[in-house]
Amino acid sequence: MPVLEGKELRIIGFLCNWCSYGGADTAGVGRFAQPTDLRIVRLPCTGRINPLFIVRALLNGTDGVLVSGCHPRDCHYTAGNFYARRRMEVLKALLPVLGIDPLRFEYTWVSASEGNRWQTVVREFTAQIHGLGPAPAFAQEASEQAQAVLKAVI
Amino acid sequence: MPQLESLKDAIAKALPELDVVIAWGRGLDALGATPLFITKPEDLDDMILGPSCVHNLATYLPGLRDRKVGIVVKGCDSRSVIELLQEGLADRDNLTVFGFACSGVVNVPRLRGAADRHPVQSMEHDSGQVRLQTDTGPVALPEAEALAAKCLTCTEPEALICDHFAGPHGTAERAAASGNPQGTLERLEAMDFESRFRFWEQEMSRCLRCYACRSACPLCVCQDHCAAQSRNPHWVTQEDTPREKLMFQAIHALHLAGRCTECGECERACPMDIPVLALKQALNREIHRLFDYRAGTDPQATPPLFHFKETEENIKERDW
Repeated sequence: MPVLEGKELRIIGFLCNWCSYGGADTAGVGRFAQPTDLRIVRLPCTGRINPLFIVRALLNGTDGVLVSGCHPRDCHYTAGNFYARRRMEVLKALLPVLGIDPLRFEYTWVSASEGNRWQTVVREFTAQIHGLGPAPAFAQEASEQAQAVLKAVI
Repeated sequence: MPQLESLKDAIAKALPELDVVIAWGRGLDALGATPLFITKPEDLDDMILGPSCVHNLATYLPGLRDRKVGIVVKGCDSRSVIELLQEGLADRDNLTVFGFACSGVVNVPRLRGAADRHPVQSMEHDSGQVRLQTDTGPVALPEAEALAAKCLTCTEPEALICDHFAGPHGTAERAAASGNPQGTLERLEAMDFESRFRFWEQEMSRCLRCYACRSACPLCVCQDHCAAQSRNPHWVTQEDTPREKLMFQAIHALHLAGRCTECGECERACPMDIPVLALKQALNREIHRLFDYRAGTDPQATPPLFHFKETEENIKERDW
């Protein structure tokens, strides 16, 4: 970690088990070099995505969130990614109102054989997040005040 | 007020068949109405109708599902009723809806301020003005200031669904077109992302976590199973920080995506005057753009997030 200290941002990837997780694996097996900012969470399907996963991650200080699943019509469970697409499109309207740059969240489709495409997606998205810089953080004043009070009492 | 009389007549006729009729009753003064549960004809004496009837009474319906219930609705409230019917949270057979031509309701805290917190003896709303009579003298405010924000852009002054309608249709006095009143959403959109984030941080630092927004919302029906109280997953911690409070508002807005009828109860109920409706308005606007859908207008419609199209006309996916 020390080598990359301060150079890396935190990006969370929610990947569907059947396509994109396989695609990321293919990219690894093919030794396609990728930036290391992305941390992957494996899900059974993009239909498992609750938009609140993404909001929670962003409010907790993640700099970017990437969701990737099977191409439309290729879903292992037939329709999970179609529902997910609608939810994520709606979520895209909420983020800017909350004050989170909507470019911090993207979704895409990568199949298990598309190692090359996965490399492109990770590279471009990471570059996009680095372009935006670290996410705005809450000042945390309330919590610090409360802790100060607590320390004074105990 | 002939509208009130004809509504009372209709309720009196229907009352023997019903367990309860929910309407508005006299509050402490002319500005403060209170929900009124009518079970016997004498209760009708307390019933009122007018610009102080701010509450969306549809909030009570999910809790009274097994009863024969009558309900008096404004146009905006009727959309909540339709949404509840659509989601199976109320039964049409058990429900009798009384509609009337609504001329708008007032922004109570603002009028309380204008009346300098003195008790209000009477309130009138006509010809673009709201006039109060307090014990220290009369106060008059133009509609654009006195009415609730939702009433200034109202498109449904009459109930979209009803069994009994009081008075002739099309008699609602419409708020005079006072330009486009600037809401919180418009103000937010004029800011950059960082300022919006700080805006919410500031607003949410006032939040008491009383959850009045949730209690007042006619479509927040999970009661004891709200995600905000869940320990597993632990969506919201108990920390008193803007982050957790904003997270709850995000939960509220996203759980209402495609369902919210913008009745404004969340914002009205907020004791700290936090403009939480803006989040839901933003989602609704996008849902209308993407799916050409407005919640609470058609009991037979399927909510947009409950189905999909293989080819979505209005969704432009990013090409990597």
